[in-house]
Amino acid sequence: MRPDDFNFVANLLKERSGLVLTLDKAYLLESRLMPVARKRGLKGLEELVMGLRQRDETLVREATEAMTTNESFFFRDVKPFDQFRDVVLPYMLQARAARKTLRIWSAASSSGQEPYSIAMLLKEQAAKLAGWRVDIVATDISRDILEKARAGVYSQFEVQRGLPIMLLVKYFKKVDDMWQIDPSIRAMVQHRELNLLSDLRGLGQFDVVFCRNVLIYFDQPTKASVLGSVAKTMSEDGVLYLGGAETVLGISDRFRPIPGQRGIYALNGPAGFSLPV
Amino acid sequence: MKSCLIVDDSKVIRMVARKILQDLDFRCEEAADGQVALDACVKSMPDAILLDWNMPVMDGLEFLRQLRGMPGGDKPVVVFCTTENDIEHIQKAIDAGANEYIMKPFDSEILQAKFVQVGLL
Repeated sequence: MRPDDFNFVANLLKERSGLVLTLDKAYLLESRLMPVARKRGLKGLEELVMGLRQRDETLVREATEAMTTNESFFFRDVKPFDQFRDVVLPYMLQARAARKTLRIWSAASSSGQEPYSIAMLLKEQAAKLAGWRVDIVATDISRDILEKARAGVYSQFEVQRGLPIMLLVKYFKKVDDMWQIDPSIRAMVQHRELNLLSDLRGLGQFDVVFCRNVLIYFDQPTKASVLGSVAKTMSEDGVLYLGGAETVLGISDRFRPIPGQRGIYALNGPAGFSLPV
Repeated sequence: MKSCLIVDDSKVIRMVARKILQDLDFRCEEAADGQVALDACVKSMPDAILLDWNMPVMDGLEFLRQLRGMPGGDKPVVVFCTTENDIEHIQKAIDAGANEYIMKPFDSEILQAKFVQVGLL
């Protein structure tokens, strides 16, 4: 690809999704965009770039989606979910005991494994949540991937990545070669198309936000701006989850780490989430 | 170093599993059927058992039932690893005392994820 083509595509992706594409990741253009080109009957990346330069909106959307779609696992990294069950949830059950509502946001939820993991985890705690209203909102920039998430149908490979066998037996049904998640779990999650760079105010207020392995694709100013607008969607004592390789330190002063709890962050302020000592 | 007994009648599968498990720092032993595996367990109980279902002489399910009845046989973490991929088989394996269940084909990522889930890693 010609350097000015690369720069054009990189700028377009940044502007549309926040994704920062550096030269060492140029190979991703080939592997991710060739299928998009082929689907359109275009001869190669050059023709595809021509279409993008003409601001063919559908093509721009498809290319952006193809570049930002990432692998997902059930209960990714295990520990954050244990921590949610053992630390965050008990706190919220107590702090929200009067109004009995809990709102959770899975940002950049991809093919649905994260929000469905949260839903299964909560279902397993159903006795404690009797009489509660729990919202799980799952958002992603990609329409195609949201459609897959909504369907809740996974391959044998996908259901073996992180999903304990007990939960597979309990909450999935085998349909031909695929595994279909139980309607009761599916109904717990609302899926919405959303660009994290856009206005987030329509989402309402959340007690827990999972925004894991998203910031790593952004440059520093974009990280700061996304963290800033995510902060505005959170209740004062809300909790933010980031991925293992991500942090708020040196990027945003809206959040602070929670001592002894890796990967979760509290809003700065007197009413911010804290654990009893 | 933890030990893992790999039970499968396919030499190729045993080799693949051994390679993955050794990279994860397991000391591996192999058995080609359930009976050989039981004999190995009598000699020394492993920490983990990766267990095929369909094998000559004694199948995986029968092995698991006998193992769980042996003194100390409740200790090993047993991960089934089989082409059987329907709910009925999975349920049977769990009822017989399996801790986890892998549906073949598998790769190192799946094996590793399952071992993490059952606390072996």
